[in-house]
Amino acid sequence: MTNYFNEMYDAGKVREPYARLEGWTKDMPAELRQMKQAEAEALFRRIGITFAVYGEGGDPDRLIPFDMFPRVFTQLEWRRLERGIKQRARALNAFLLDVYGRGEIVRAGKIPAKLVYQNEAFERAVTGFTPPRGIYSHIVGIDLVRTGPDDFYVLEDNCRTPSGVSYMLENREIMMRMFPQIFRENRIEPVDGYADALRRTLASVAPAKCDREPTIAILTPGHFNSAYYEHSFLADLMGVELVEGADLFVEGGFVWMRTTEGPKKLDVIYRRIDDAFLDPLCFRPDSMLGVPGLMDVYRSGGVSICSAPGAGVADDKAVYTFVPEMVRFYLGEEPILQNVPTWQCAKADECKYVLENLGDLVVKEVHGSGGYGMLVGPKSTKEQIETFRAKITEDPDNYIAQPTLALSTTPTFVEEGIAPRHVDLRPYCLVGEKIELVPGGLTRVALTEGSLVVNSSQGGGVKDTWVLAE
Amino acid sequence: MILTVNHVTTYQYDAPMRSAVQSLRLFPSRFDGQRIIRWDVSVEGGIRGGSFKDGAGDKIEAWSVRGPVAEVTITATGQVETTDLAGVLRGHREHVPPLSYLCETPATWVDDALETLANEAILGAEDDLERAHRLARAVSSAIAYKPGVTHAHTTAAEALALGEGVCQDHAHALIAAARTVGLPARYVSGYLFARDDGEPHEAAHAWAEVHVPTIGWIGFDPANECCPDERYIRLGSGADARDAAPIKGIALGLGEESLDVAVALEATQQ
Repeated sequence: MTNYFNEMYDAGKVREPYARLEGWTKDMPAELRQMKQAEAEALFRRIGITFAVYGEGGDPDRLIPFDMFPRVFTQLEWRRLERGIKQRARALNAFLLDVYGRGEIVRAGKIPAKLVYQNEAFERAVTGFTPPRGIYSHIVGIDLVRTGPDDFYVLEDNCRTPSGVSYMLENREIMMRMFPQIFRENRIEPVDGYADALRRTLASVAPAKCDREPTIAILTPGHFNSAYYEHSFLADLMGVELVEGADLFVEGGFVWMRTTEGPKKLDVIYRRIDDAFLDPLCFRPDSMLGVPGLMDVYRSGGVSICSAPGAGVADDKAVYTFVPEMVRFYLGEEPILQNVPTWQCAKADECKYVLENLGDLVVKEVHGSGGYGMLVGPKSTKEQIETFRAKITEDPDNYIAQPTLALSTTPTFVEEGIAPRHVDLRPYCLVGEKIELVPGGLTRVALTEGSLVVNSSQGGGVKDTWVLAE
Repeated sequence: MILTVNHVTTYQYDAPMRSAVQSLRLFPSRFDGQRIIRWDVSVEGGIRGGSFKDGAGDKIEAWSVRGPVAEVTITATGQVETTDLAGVLRGHREHVPPLSYLCETPATWVDDALETLANEAILGAEDDLERAHRLARAVSSAIAYKPGVTHAHTTAAEALALGEGVCQDHAHALIAAARTVGLPARYVSGYLFARDDGEPHEAAHAWAEVHVPTIGWIGFDPANECCPDERYIRLGSGADARDAAPIKGIALGLGEESLDVAVALEATQQ
């Protein structure tokens, strides 16, 4: 039986961050709790925050379950995490600037050329072009898990368009509305500065040609997208337009937004669509979501695109292995956050180890996301394991494997009362003129007892994440 | 050799379109084998957009045309002095890592026949340069030049199976064959001054470049069984024909498009 680190109780004693929460739950009668849970659900439903799950059918507007028991960090714990996250965000951006420029890290032999230049996410179209301030990934979502009081591991980096930040904001909003008392009893760092910080970040990377207050818009694939709610929510909070490809056109070296008062020049696009769909002239010719000619405007310095096209080469699961090396190479520092040990099935000896130990490992597709195409060895049937064995043997390059981590647990409201459930954490680091991190993030919780898969697409829930002020 | 080019492309629409956008890779490359004496690109009734050099060293210029538009005419005209460098792309400034061309595209997808062709061709070759020459020769003999049997979307594998094709098919086949033996290769679009007999000849042309580490990029024209010399003008490159197209455009609207291309090349005696 694995020993999991419980973030609230250590050897029967309440840990410091949760000191004031013990009484809160003890005094809460079951009826009140059920009432509050129903109220929370009604609030989420009313504001319309739902999450459509790809390929699972059922109710496309189903809610992500919200757990009212907050996840808490002390100021001291957070500061260390913050330093580690910012360090990683800087290194990932330095890597992108380098591989689309001189490629020093490849020349130095620190990362195999093939892994970078033959990577599907490497965009030849943007080599030699330097985006404003040399920044490629303006919103870096770093998925972290914890295995002990001071042991945090990075599961993966998200350099393109990490989603979920609207849950961080809404979870807090709803908790404050339902339990104003505990926000008076606990001094909790606010997260509501995120929208302003995001706006500042985007404005700070406007093209050099922009000589006024930059006009910013969020480019969405439309309301069929599972994260559409978040796109419109962030546009509202920042006070910027939410646009689709058809709302934009290019002319005279700039991107223009159709408005009721005539065309308006756009300086910064926070895109929530994939590279492949941005511009049918440059990428997928059949894309109806993008803007024809957008990449020419971008590459001639007429508009900024966040994240920069090509940023995905930094968050590839095979490149991930080399992020600690990036921290050392570009920053001359030791990485503060650890990587999870990773076996590359592309390497014959490592693949052999993986195939011999499938029952103990987590196997992921190199380009997969959202918990799809994943094997959790200890939680899988013989049949599932054999299916993966065949897949890995067929196409080893497409898989990596990691040990099954003993994810920490936090108390969670369940049918029978309160029970420990496994959690992860995704903070959102903003990279522009400054590197900023609001104190908090999205805590995802695996609601099923014993489950280690926290993805919302696989039945995970979310929690409010607190950082206590000093 | 001094070559004078007049290249006119006309898109016609049977119903007026709302707007049109173009990305033009229509400028002769700057390298030791080419000196641009004069060159001008224009789009009738169009608005010039941004222009820049991409990572592969190609100059790209964007244009847009406001609707309603029933016809778009793109003209590239000028004079270029060329020198025979035996295909070597010497003095060309670019940033793209050659390895990135080892990625497959739909047009250069490798099937068993292409793999066999490539592996047999390089048997016993001493170095990469010889391998590249042998691959070009193998493609020349496997695909006979014959217009009209293939189309814009024919893949390398399909052309090889047919055993016939045009310069685009030869270039795709060479790229696919080179890649399968680990040599980065790319598609080049440009012009070829075929014959000076006063008769008009099809002058828009395409070939491939193969990267040989000790030398750099080298052009091979399997359609004419040679390396590009002073009769060739190089415009730009890409992973395949679509990527390297001198004109990429899109017109929004319901009209059907028809295309007319006229390229006139003349040689001026020095």
